[in-house]
Amino acid sequence: MNAGLGDAADIIGILVSVIIVAAMLIWVERRLLAVWQDRLGPNRVGPLGLMQVVADMIKMFFKEDWIPPFSDKLVFILAPTIVFITMLTGFAVIPFAPGVGIIDFNFGLLYFLALSSLSVYSIVLAGYASNNKYSLLGGLRAAAQTVSYEVFMGISIMGVVMLSGTFNLREIVEAQRDGWFIIPQFFGFIIFLIAVIAESRRAPLDLPEAEQELVGGFHTEYSGMKFGMFFVGEYLAITLSSAIIVTLFFGGWLGPWLPPLVWFCLKTAVGIMFFILLRGALPRPRYDQLMTFGWKILLPAGLLNLLVTGAVVLSLHG
Amino acid sequence: MLSQLRSLWEVLKHTFVKPDTVEYPDQKRELFPRYRGRIILTRDPDGEERCVACNLCAVACPVDCIALQKAEDENGRWYPDFFRINFSRCIMCGFCEEACPTNAIQLTPDFEMCEYDRQNMVYEKQHLLIDGTGKYHDYNFYRVAGMTIGGKVKGQAENETQPVDVKTLLP
Repeated sequence: MNAGLGDAADIIGILVSVIIVAAMLIWVERRLLAVWQDRLGPNRVGPLGLMQVVADMIKMFFKEDWIPPFSDKLVFILAPTIVFITMLTGFAVIPFAPGVGIIDFNFGLLYFLALSSLSVYSIVLAGYASNNKYSLLGGLRAAAQTVSYEVFMGISIMGVVMLSGTFNLREIVEAQRDGWFIIPQFFGFIIFLIAVIAESRRAPLDLPEAEQELVGGFHTEYSGMKFGMFFVGEYLAITLSSAIIVTLFFGGWLGPWLPPLVWFCLKTAVGIMFFILLRGALPRPRYDQLMTFGWKILLPAGLLNLLVTGAVVLSLHG
Repeated sequence: MLSQLRSLWEVLKHTFVKPDTVEYPDQKRELFPRYRGRIILTRDPDGEERCVACNLCAVACPVDCIALQKAEDENGRWYPDFFRINFSRCIMCGFCEEACPTNAIQLTPDFEMCEYDRQNMVYEKQHLLIDGTGKYHDYNFYRVAGMTIGGKVKGQAENETQPVDVKTLLP
């Protein structure tokens, strides 16, 4: 392990900006959804409604922080922090630009996979600790969904690993100098995209939350800043997911004319907007459809993609 | 799969569609003259109250928000002693306007009646009564109706013939 830790300014800068970006996404998402639904969205608080985030934060901090008497109190309090912490620590391996990043080590990709699966504990524990039917159903769904979609999430990016020959995210980006991996790994990208949406529990695959059927799913009983943690954790997950997608398939910081960091941020922003567009456009599948789709279509497709990529790599490089 | 992509594209196209939102307090829509808003009581062209306190509006009102009491002046004209509309109940359905035989009660294109105190939503006659004729400018109930009032006996109303004297055989 050749761990290269970034300097303190980098770490603090990344931490702060990531949290600010995740908080601002509350506004961005509402505005973008409004644009796509021919509405205006929040535009009252501050210029263009930008201070809406501050207003939301103030509201959340002053809400009654209610812990249901029937809940498992310790777990109830711990659960929301897990998603927040795992998603934040996930940013440690993201290569923002050459020389900008928190840590640089050989198994960056595996580290990301591990943390993204850890975050599901947050949901499952929240659903369990709430001691409420709907929360429990949400937690169950989260567990099943994550277990199913994690399988081919790993498999789908093995193609990228084969092409670049490394798990190190920086080296994966460098390996894309001749062409982004989205072209040779298009199917891998599609599968990974779907898996990542399922992992971050975003609409259209937000079955653990599913407010139309499960009230609020796992966060039914949560209020105040604990709910805020889930909320910001979800936006952190989107940011992390699109950062990883950009790193793996869209050449990370690579790009002409503009400085690398700007390229990375631009691509990530487009990725985030795409996530929001998905939420605005697609309906939520039924639960059994989700499972069928995962196990019967995406898993074989991922394996096939792995097989073909392996064969091609083997025949080219022998 | 294709339909999913298509709906993504269709939604994305809405980026360039103008929002439908009317930013209400800053930007007010023009309301049509027959919009059903705040209720008024109108006067006839002579400046008298049109309302004859027949109670039909109170009967027609589905939420029972109208209360009134009949009174009679020295000329024999009926008028409401009090006329009270509780706007915190009113649903602006316009049934009272349809029921009114004298075009007295009318709905106007005004809906901005917010109050901090619920009691202020109860409008009495002096709040409801306006000086004009509202939507019907020429109508005067007592001039077309055959009812006898001071200064006008049977047969003197517009388009009304003299009453037939049933006790004589003369043509």
